[in-house]
Amino acid sequence: MKRQIPLVIVFVFGTLMVIQYFVPHENSEIVKGFLLDWIVIIGIFALALGLWSLVQVSIDKINSRKENWEYPLVTLISLTVMIFFGFTSHAEDASWWGYFLAIAVLLAALWMLAQGLMGNAANRNVKSLSALGLVIVFSLLAIFDGSWEFKFYTAEGLTNQMFVHFFDYIMIPLQATMFALLAFFITSASYRAFRARNLLATLLLISALIVMLRFTPGPWGEYLAKTSSWVMNVPNLAAQRAIVIGIGLGIVATALKVILGIERGYMGKG
Amino acid sequence: MEFTTFLWTTVAAFLTLAVFSFLYKDNPMYKFAEHLFVGVSAGYFVIILWHGALVPNLFKKLADGDWWYFVPGILGVMMFARFFKKSSWISRWPLAMYIGISTGLAIPLEMANRVNRQLWAMMEPINWSSFWGERYLDIGSGYSELFIFVGTVSALVYFFFSKAHTGAFGAVAKFGIWTLMLGFGASFGFTVMARISLFINRIQYLDINWGQTAFNAADTSNVNYHAGFQALFWAVWLIFLVYAVFEYKKYLSNKDKPSQAAGTSA
Amino acid sequence: MNFFSKLMQLDRRWVYLLLVIVCLTAYYSDFTVPTIVEDETKAIYDFIEALEPGEIIFVAVDYDPSSQAELHPMTYALVEHAFRKDLKVIFTALSQNGPGMVDQAIRDITDSLKLPKTYNGIFYEGKDIVNGIDYTFLGYKPYYAIVITAMGQDYRILFPSDYYGTPLDSIPMMRRVHNYDDIAIVVDISSGSITDAWISYGQGKFDFPLALGLTGVMTAQYYPFLQSKQVMGLMGGLLGAAQYEQLADNPGLAKDGMRVQLPAHLLIILFILIGNVGYLATRYKERKV
Repeated sequence: MKRQIPLVIVFVFGTLMVIQYFVPHENSEIVKGFLLDWIVIIGIFALALGLWSLVQVSIDKINSRKENWEYPLVTLISLTVMIFFGFTSHAEDASWWGYFLAIAVLLAALWMLAQGLMGNAANRNVKSLSALGLVIVFSLLAIFDGSWEFKFYTAEGLTNQMFVHFFDYIMIPLQATMFALLAFFITSASYRAFRARNLLATLLLISALIVMLRFTPGPWGEYLAKTSSWVMNVPNLAAQRAIVIGIGLGIVATALKVILGIERGYMGKG
Repeated sequence: MEFTTFLWTTVAAFLTLAVFSFLYKDNPMYKFAEHLFVGVSAGYFVIILWHGALVPNLFKKLADGDWWYFVPGILGVMMFARFFKKSSWISRWPLAMYIGISTGLAIPLEMANRVNRQLWAMMEPINWSSFWGERYLDIGSGYSELFIFVGTVSALVYFFFSKAHTGAFGAVAKFGIWTLMLGFGASFGFTVMARISLFINRIQYLDINWGQTAFNAADTSNVNYHAGFQALFWAVWLIFLVYAVFEYKKYLSNKDKPSQAAGTSA
Repeated sequence: MNFFSKLMQLDRRWVYLLLVIVCLTAYYSDFTVPTIVEDETKAIYDFIEALEPGEIIFVAVDYDPSSQAELHPMTYALVEHAFRKDLKVIFTALSQNGPGMVDQAIRDITDSLKLPKTYNGIFYEGKDIVNGIDYTFLGYKPYYAIVITAMGQDYRILFPSDYYGTPLDSIPMMRRVHNYDDIAIVVDISSGSITDAWISYGQGKFDFPLALGLTGVMTAQYYPFLQSKQVMGLMGGLLGAAQYEQLADNPGLAKDGMRVQLPAHLLIILFILIGNVGYLATRYKERKV
């Protein structure tokens, strides 16, 4: 039963969607709209699973106290702070001190709570109690500090200045620079690994050189630009088309296998 | 630019340089930046999902009295059964619904748009009237169209592994792999450009947004400008300088101990 | 150990340093490289240029900060062009960190449009771009293939409200806009497989004009769709962005960046050559032995 019912569900919904494609009746469109909306909602919960495993891995690393155990702390703090920003709105022109104080109290409360739950038995109660105290202080700040308030149901958090700044000045440079490292890796790789060992590698090298040199100034740059345009639009097109068709057939074959219950990898073990 | 904005830009510049410092070797500043990124982006995603999807698509609908939405809500919560070994099979039901719908959606559309339309485009009649084209390497010429047709067919033949690549079949497959190599070369050329542009972008950021703002003393239009801008600018470089000196000292002290230096010379 | 094998064992950090030096020198020296506009980019520009004021274009910003170097200049040039032509824009972000990118782009572009400017000899007054009248930002939903399919029926199915929480029906420019039938073109500026979904699930099913702005890594893969007319135009990487900036007479980071590309490419080609000469020399020696 544990394995059969999911197979039936996949088959029924899969065939339903295929039939819907060929019979796009008005009523079936409405049903499809509903199904698509639902599936996204279900999916959101699936994404939450990933977050939990991140928190778990970080906590495990901190508890182990092995080398570099402090860094997951940075992860957990920045995670908490970012979520706090997203769930709060800050009044314009108001001072930020109360807001930052609240964050500090919240972090301290969470730290004490974690210590109280997982620390050794001796001062467990003390830590739990101080956690409780800090939570009360935080709640008081949340209620009586007029400069900021929680917004769970409306999206003010998305325009919270801190939330936007953290994205603009922390996330963007970090992610952009991490990928910029690839510029160096590809340079080093071209130095070490790019060898004209045989005819095939030489063909690859020639077409790569043409594409790389096409914006050279001067008359032969113009010819290179035209040649590169031809390489992109003719041989490259032919090669990529074969790949597109191959992948397309692969997707359809796998999808059919899933619907018919031949491919069951998604169910996992058990 | 306001001083607080410049402060944020300096934070961004520091993080940029911290990530680049990894190119020399892994170090605490890089580790900090890396873990900071993981935390901030996970937190960002939580908020985007909450305000962007969960509230408008589920909570508000339920609040409006669309009781139907309890069904996806409950199915979604069933996903959490994964956390418990005994009940993890329950999470397969919503998963099966998602997989059924997305694969059912995929089959006709992928077949039509990846396979059929590409095959049609491949089989368009060849322009025999202007076979040699009008320009240098004319894309619309007959020979180009013939190349596309022959190249695609032979590349597909190359991917067909159920028959040994020998004789005429092998010859066609060989032309196929030549075409594929030309294509991969073009891809590689573009990839080099893409990777370099990522680095150029960081240079532009450090120069235009950070360096030039710190030193625009001549720009009298900026009333917020003061020496604090430059102090911040140099402070960031000082951090890296201090770290470099620290590393160099460590290197020197290791050098004196021949037993350790032998292992690290590579 | 001969010269070449020594060269091959050079610490990679010297290679990195050389790249930094070359890029910085190029960045701070004064020279230009030609921007030769290709047909695939011009097709997009011409399409936008021919639209009437008040028409709506759909810009799907499907990239994370990791690809902002190549794709932000495209978004900036294209959206600024559209706003100067008095077109209206619907944004979506189907990539996980995309919403922040749209948010930033909108802030920067609206700032830039406040100033009067002359493009291609035509003078444009500075103006205020207003949320809900000139543009709508729908926001992010996960599972892009499903989102793209659902938007073909009605945007309201998955986007009952926009990114900022305003219900779609109370946004002036969205009142009579329901699905892809009400827009002139979809421009997908993307760094991943979302493009495939736009082709198969979007254009393939609902038959709207689709233009692509892609990272350099992906560009070569999408030429087949250009020839089969599933895609009407294509901008590839920083080069494509530079071409659009050139066409729109709005030089920005892309045109500036292309300068640095040339010496960097030459350096990489030099590395490939040195590597190959070394390789051939060692092979020659081995044969002799």
